[in-house]
Amino acid sequence: MNENNTENQIIGIETTSTETSEEISHESTLYAEPIGHIGTFTVTNSLFTTWVVVFIVLIISIAIKIKVKLIPKGIQNIFEMLILGAMDLADQVTGSKKITAKVFPFAFSIFMFVLINNWLGLLPLGGFGLVETTTHGKAFIPLIRSGTADINTTLALGVVSVIGANFFGIVSIGMWKMFNKYVNLKSLGEVVIKVKKDPTILISAPIMFFVGILELVGEFAKIASLSFRLFGNVFAGEVLLMSMSMILAYGLPLPFIVLELFVGFIQAFIFAILTLVYFTIAASDHNEEHEEASAHTREHNKDQHVHIEQVVV
Amino acid sequence: MEATSAALFAKAIAIGLGAIGPAIGIGMIGAKAMEAIGRNPEASGKVFVPMLIASAFAEAIAIYALVIAFSI
Repeated sequence: MNENNTENQIIGIETTSTETSEEISHESTLYAEPIGHIGTFTVTNSLFTTWVVVFIVLIISIAIKIKVKLIPKGIQNIFEMLILGAMDLADQVTGSKKITAKVFPFAFSIFMFVLINNWLGLLPLGGFGLVETTTHGKAFIPLIRSGTADINTTLALGVVSVIGANFFGIVSIGMWKMFNKYVNLKSLGEVVIKVKKDPTILISAPIMFFVGILELVGEFAKIASLSFRLFGNVFAGEVLLMSMSMILAYGLPLPFIVLELFVGFIQAFIFAILTLVYFTIAASDHNEEHEEASAHTREHNKDQHVHIEQVVV
Repeated sequence: MEATSAALFAKAIAIGLGAIGPAIGIGMIGAKAMEAIGRNPEASGKVFVPMLIASAFAEAIAIYALVIAFSI
């Protein structure tokens, strides 16, 4: 594999090394490797891949946007099918067409971005890269590395999706209700009003307040779990493929590449679905839910009543 | 025991023990989902998405352990 890398190198930084016969080593690092600088700004290979992905998504969306017609033809057919299927899935998760219509564009673009990022890292372009001389000797740095195999990208995505969910919550149920989800002043205030009628509220109100604080911690846990899940899976996949091709370069990595294609899809899917779930949770109000549920049962009872009456008649 | 080797052990134990629970959880989720699909094959489309979400939440626990293991 190392020999291949030297043959395929397109940009080599030639340095006068005392040991010319030294082998060029490459190991998968936890952080993305720098491939160049723009001013003082370091461009890493993950960032480069992310730019490529953004470019691809932009080109595809513009190409489709220009040719959109009322009667679909060709590629528009495929994308309409794709989006309709995805919207059905999103409806299953959110449970209402109204929320889906608002959140779907965001979730679907996250899905496309992550999916193309995951799959671009699997392309057999790993042979293209730079050779740099470090303190340990010559090291090979590939030009393409999944953007999602860098913790910064996934952390940014996670932060955007959780803050977006909270913002969506504020827009849909209001600032005060959203604030009370985390710092539950409402339950503390109710103590004063209801304490004479129901003394147990003296115990339940502090518990409710503490649950609110836990929710606040939970928001940060959401960011951590979203970002580390994606990063861990994609990075572990890269390491797996690397070590498999170290064992035997021919044939052996093939099933693992298929596995990684599947994992890349599933992880992009889970990221998008969880984003939808967080948006839906943020947009739901606990009190309203209870009222709706009781209204539903009342209606149900009425229906049953009518039914029984019909049977009697 | 030296401090560095103790830290290495702590890392290994953190991720090792932390992965047991989620592994059992994901196994049970998968088993139950397959049981459900086996009983009612037409429902496979409806079972799939909730199964993925549940296993994603179970997986999150392992990820917390991973974060702790890296930060020790």
